[in-house]
Amino acid sequence: MRLELGNIVLQTLLLLLLAPLLSGIIKNWKAKLQNRRGPRIWQPHLDVLKFLRKDMVVSEHASWIFSLAPYVLFSTVLLAGLMVPMIQTQAPLSLFGGALAIVGLLALGRFFLALAGLDPGSAFGGMGSSREMTLSAIAEPAMMLAIFTTAIVAGSTDLSRIVQTTSGLTWGLLNPTHIMAFAALFIVLLAETGRVPVDNPATHLELTMIHEAMILEYSGRYLAFMEWGASIKQLVLMTLLANVFFPVGMSTANSPAALGFGLLVYMVKLLILAAAVVLVETTNAKLRLFRVPDLLSAAFVLATLALMSTFLFQ
Amino acid sequence: MMAQVAPVLLNFSLLGYVIGAVAGLLFFRRERLANFFAFGSASAAGFCGVVASTLSLLQGTTMASQPVQVLPSLIPYVDFTIRAQPLGLFFVIIVSLLALAVSMYSLGYARGFYGRKNVGVLGAFFNVLLLATTLVFLADNAFFFLIAWEIMALSAYCLVSYEHEKDESRKAGVLYFVMSHIGSGCLILGFLLLFQAAGSYGFDSFHAIGDKMPADRRNAVFVLFLIGFGVKAGIVPLHVWLPAAHPVAPSNVSALMSGVLIKTGIYGMARVFFDFFGAPPNWWGVTVLAIGVISAVLGVLYALMEHDLKRLLAYHSIENIGIILMGLGAALMFRHTNHNVLAALALIAGLYHTINHAVFKALLFLGAGAVLHATHTRNMEQMGGLIKRMPQTALFFLIGAVAISALPPLNGFVSEWLTYQSLLQGYGTTTTLIRLMLPFSGAMLALTSALAAACFVKAFGITFLAQPRSTQVRNAREVSFTMLFGQGLLTAACVFLGLCPATFLSLLDPVTKELIGPQLSSQLSAGNGWVLSGVVSDGGTVSTLAILLGGICLMVIPFVLWLLIAQRAPIRIGPTWDCGLKGLTPRMEYTATGFSKPIRMIFKALFRPHRELQREYDFSPYFAKTLRFESHVEELFEERIYRPARIWILRAARQIRALQAGSIQAYLIYMFVTLLLLLLFAL
Repeated sequence: MRLELGNIVLQTLLLLLLAPLLSGIIKNWKAKLQNRRGPRIWQPHLDVLKFLRKDMVVSEHASWIFSLAPYVLFSTVLLAGLMVPMIQTQAPLSLFGGALAIVGLLALGRFFLALAGLDPGSAFGGMGSSREMTLSAIAEPAMMLAIFTTAIVAGSTDLSRIVQTTSGLTWGLLNPTHIMAFAALFIVLLAETGRVPVDNPATHLELTMIHEAMILEYSGRYLAFMEWGASIKQLVLMTLLANVFFPVGMSTANSPAALGFGLLVYMVKLLILAAAVVLVETTNAKLRLFRVPDLLSAAFVLATLALMSTFLFQ
Repeated sequence: MMAQVAPVLLNFSLLGYVIGAVAGLLFFRRERLANFFAFGSASAAGFCGVVASTLSLLQGTTMASQPVQVLPSLIPYVDFTIRAQPLGLFFVIIVSLLALAVSMYSLGYARGFYGRKNVGVLGAFFNVLLLATTLVFLADNAFFFLIAWEIMALSAYCLVSYEHEKDESRKAGVLYFVMSHIGSGCLILGFLLLFQAAGSYGFDSFHAIGDKMPADRRNAVFVLFLIGFGVKAGIVPLHVWLPAAHPVAPSNVSALMSGVLIKTGIYGMARVFFDFFGAPPNWWGVTVLAIGVISAVLGVLYALMEHDLKRLLAYHSIENIGIILMGLGAALMFRHTNHNVLAALALIAGLYHTINHAVFKALLFLGAGAVLHATHTRNMEQMGGLIKRMPQTALFFLIGAVAISALPPLNGFVSEWLTYQSLLQGYGTTTTLIRLMLPFSGAMLALTSALAAACFVKAFGITFLAQPRSTQVRNAREVSFTMLFGQGLLTAACVFLGLCPATFLSLLDPVTKELIGPQLSSQLSAGNGWVLSGVVSDGGTVSTLAILLGGICLMVIPFVLWLLIAQRAPIRIGPTWDCGLKGLTPRMEYTATGFSKPIRMIFKALFRPHRELQREYDFSPYFAKTLRFESHVEELFEERIYRPARIWILRAARQIRALQAGSIQAYLIYMFVTLLLLLLFAL
């Protein structure tokens, strides 16, 4: 397990550039499915550039927490992304942390995001923070139990090791343990990235919003890093889902050909997942806030069943 | 050379507490002198204790062998002997470290009592508490242990009722006193049963005594010690005294009580379950693990409902005791199946969390004490904006909050990581259905830490951020240097324990060797001590230091982008968006009660929230003239268990009163009958 600077730089660049693209593709496809023309797929990139150039207005009540939070969020999600295997089975920073560290890093980013929501003293921010922390707390056991199920099968919390174990399964990927754990994590993905049945990424200034309420006071480059960080988080979670459960075509060598093939397969997997998210978002209405725990407990039950089935099918 | 220094320093430490206690009483009319000598002496004693216990643990087991008599024994069977054994020494590090930091803090904090309360008495009991707690960890026989245990409980009672003019303090003191003695009663019975098997009160004669006892008696001893130490540790459902007593004590005492005092319960369980008993039956581990899970989840859920800052912290102590017990319970389960390496890993996870919790909880209580000192309120609904008025305290509190929420790279994350590792790797130790409990406990641990994060977003956000919600908070000022120094010391300990776990773990080697056998620190560290790794090969690795450095390195990206693109974009200071109204007032901010409302609604089966809304209006209910809102949650255990029990006990007492008729003939008959019964029993 050596640290290879080239791999670190490559994966960082992929995370930085692919994440807004994925958000753009989801927005575009969603619009197409709803008979709208939709924004260009690289619109999120342009948004980030635009925000970086803009003036900033910072609330008079805000403290240094408000200024620190975008950077904490941005670097924690990037660091978490570097611990997830993307196009290679070996993640660049897998030595420094596995599944547990990724969950911890995402939680650290969320902690500061929620504090930043409370900092300017607006009721919207407080409401967003309160809901975000509540829903993520309810989602956490389902997420951990699904991860534990895969970790137990692999005997390790190291994601690279988990990926290597599952890639040996081939047709065994269709066993009930795997499918139910995947379903549980997919629901968690919808909740953690603020997708439709849980939160609506398209609304502003409505009493239903969660993520947007927390970043309402942000503008300029702080907003750029907040939005960018949120899209990287989405990419990290989708990568986790795609590669842990379908570790097909990932490169084990460092040659350009293997990496290129790995990238291609990875993109296809991401697009399929994105299509699934688009379908869910278009065919479902947003749930009432107090119905969301039902959805998340369903995810928890699925994860529990996945765990039980490891006991039954071995 | 070092081998001689450590015991001498340890004696200095004990002597320091004695001097502090005496000085406090001598100068009880001269509050400045009393403050200086009592707390100064305690911090010196704490410093000696930290150095002594760390040195002896680094040397391994060389000094652990000899018992030392501290006082001449005047009564047969009662020997006042102490012996520095690894487990005890590890806890002495905790108590001494906290004594050092909290005493420094107290030098400033006690000034708040000048002219109002007697500082000498506070200092004296404070020192007695520290002395008794240290002796609990060092005592070498059951008698001395129980004597130290009682002195500890009584001095803590005196400190809880220090502000006895308040009704709340008196009630909490009595509740603590009663609960504590229920626990002591169980301990005495437990030790008597052990004595029966061993024929002596010395702890060395108790070693592995469990293997020689019949199974039912062994189980009885287990239950007695679980209750006895559980009351002190504050496990659910024996926790009711804890959220009542910890908040009403002076904040420096709260820090000690939550940091160290409840850990004496953990010490006792580790000593009895691992040292005195050999291989445990499976249900012990399962029971302890289940109690851990229940305490952790319920503790954090009740903490979320609090808007009294110190009560909130007290409930979090219950949560963290639960997490520690998860480690201990898992260790017992693995010991049952003879997986000693995994058992040692789980025990290390529990003990690491013990010192972590001591450090960050004491830090948070000191922070809460600083806020109380500056604002004279514990009610979070009146706070806000303190980050601008008390910047250092806010920073220390934030670091404590990140640590307790188990977020990387600080110490709470490290010990929870170890707990997860032991729970997951233990899955392979059995093939029975009971193993499903391990990952399930892991999921509940995840729920607990996520809820803890939510709770500390609330605690920090409502207390320190946004606008102040009352005038006394608006006029708050930063506290004195000594108070900040105490907090800073504990913050540094949090950072050290978080970033250098591999360095610290070597101190736990003698402890696991004493209690279970294997020494794991070399297996747990990889990459020259930079990386923490699970004991099973490829079980998983993590490096908190690398996470911190990596995060800092990644800040290059925003910096470069700022340099290239954003440099010229100016920053303007403006009002928070108020939807076009005439400015936001603090009354429009989100409150602590509002923040936890979604959780209250989701878990309403547990909380049974009760709300009442009254409004007066002239023409439309949407434009009310006055509004009165009341909301509270039911405290399940008080309402459903303790209140009925109290009523039942009082009723029984009234019935029994008939016996006390007042006639001397009746009393003589009672004595005669008792004597007869005893004689029959003896036959």
